[in-house]
Amino acid sequence: MGLNNARFENAFDEAGDALKMTLRVEIEDLAKHFGEIRAVDGVTFSVSKGEVLGFLGPNGAGKSTTMKMITGFLAPTRGTVRVCGYDVLADPISVKANLGYLPEGAPAYADMTPDSFLKFIADIRGLSGADKKRAVASAAERARVLNVMYQPIETLSKGYKRRVGLAQAILHNPPVLIMDEPTDGLDPNQKHEVRTLINEMAEDKAIIISTHILEEVNALCTRNVVIASGKVVFDGTPAELEAKSRYNNAVVLTVNTIDNTQLLQYVSALDFVADTETLTTGNGIRVFPKNNAHITIALSEKIREQGWEIVSLYAESGRLDEVFRSITLPSTAGVK
Amino acid sequence: MNMLNIWFIMKREFGGYFATPVAYVFIIIFLLLAGFSTFYVGNFFARGEADLYPFFSLHPWLYILLIPAISMRLWAEERKSGSIELLMTLPVSVFEAVLGKFFAAWAFTGLALILNFPLWITVNYLGNPDNGVIFTGFVGSFLMAGGFLAIGSCVSAVTKNQVIAFVLSLIVSLIFVLAGYGIVLDFFSSWAPQPLVDAISSFSFLTHFDAISKGVIDLRDILYFAALIAIWLFANALIVNARKAD
Repeated sequence: MGLNNARFENAFDEAGDALKMTLRVEIEDLAKHFGEIRAVDGVTFSVSKGEVLGFLGPNGAGKSTTMKMITGFLAPTRGTVRVCGYDVLADPISVKANLGYLPEGAPAYADMTPDSFLKFIADIRGLSGADKKRAVASAAERARVLNVMYQPIETLSKGYKRRVGLAQAILHNPPVLIMDEPTDGLDPNQKHEVRTLINEMAEDKAIIISTHILEEVNALCTRNVVIASGKVVFDGTPAELEAKSRYNNAVVLTVNTIDNTQLLQYVSALDFVADTETLTTGNGIRVFPKNNAHITIALSEKIREQGWEIVSLYAESGRLDEVFRSITLPSTAGVK
Repeated sequence: MNMLNIWFIMKREFGGYFATPVAYVFIIIFLLLAGFSTFYVGNFFARGEADLYPFFSLHPWLYILLIPAISMRLWAEERKSGSIELLMTLPVSVFEAVLGKFFAAWAFTGLALILNFPLWITVNYLGNPDNGVIFTGFVGSFLMAGGFLAIGSCVSAVTKNQVIAFVLSLIVSLIFVLAGYGIVLDFFSSWAPQPLVDAISSFSFLTHFDAISKGVIDLRDILYFAALIAIWLFANALIVNARKAD
């Protein structure tokens, strides 16, 4: 956290006003205590225009509580939230005007139709006349709910309900978009559609999505913040997150000429190898490099020097589930 | 305070009553009960007078039963379904939301009240009533309905359960009506000092409504209902703010 702050302040001094323009969400030392329970305990991060921030963490880590504080639904116990320069406590209405928010479970007025519901949202968002018509039509089209516009929301499937919630959130083309588990409970096709939609909008918005679906880290996010027990345990790019895995840059090697025992013996002795293991499925070994280095070429040269025939040789990328487990459950071993 | 926001919320909420059969059921029951109580309980014909006093005098009792049915959903449903998170993260203030919902419920009650116009036609057909008195009767009844609704709206913010909201509103409403009823006042007057008895009586809907329904417009009675509505709605906003995320 302290490091982040320092980095943040330096960047601010250097880039000055240009950064100020693009910095859309600033969260500092945000905390929410429910009695003795510290649901969120000193969270600091910021999001700029063009970023899709994946907010990760196990259930109950404080993701939703943090989002509720950013959107002004919950008052923080301490700390500040600024959205587009407006403080959420001092000027909640301006914060809310600059936000699109999809709450967890996409609540809506069940007895309304998407058409009347979106028109109501447009009214509240201050749109009228042709602007209102255009905004409703465009949001409905982008969220792909045009074919259910006149059915009561309570009769819609879960996927459609979620998309109505999405349409509501993007209707006024907000500079900041916050979505609490936007793909939760959707089928793979629907997930893909929602991700495509988010990617389409990413360029000119600052987007925060919470998720515990790790495949979304690579599919969607330009940055990740991982929280556990109300505290930020990681803040960086998806690549940096993957790099925390011991499997990052590990090489899987299968050789024809000799058996695994001999191969392990030889490879373990190489100076760039930190560790080795036999694969649990299939034939071959896994080689862990020292210092996370790329060792594919060096390793293949060494094997060829021995005159052994390589069946397969490929580098792995980090395993997010393993990283996720190890940084959110601090007692688990396995991270470098 | 953004008047447009209040208007949009009111419009949505008012439409919500008609999205389900609730509105129609309510209006029909209200009309039936109002008619029944006027003719049978109030002895409309036997009194032999051309006025609507039997109609209005029973409104407090009618409202005790029926108004909680309108107000119970205002906030309880919003909290139960989670849509309160949506509403409270739109650029509207709590007061705008509270007022918008209250006015929707009030307008709906006003509509149900106006639909009693056949009684007014009947009494004009049968005799020559003082239509001014009848008019103030409607105004008084409408004001009193606002008081009941403000109580109900506030109570419905306390719970997520509409049945609990209904029962609690009914009990609080009952207290506000009974405070002016002879039996209750007799009970107090036997031991309590007169100023206290007067104070209790002055808090009652009955005391203030009775005068208006007889055609006597006293500014104090109107102020009473206005203040009552304002206080309950203010409490309503505070409760919504404090409990919206529970």
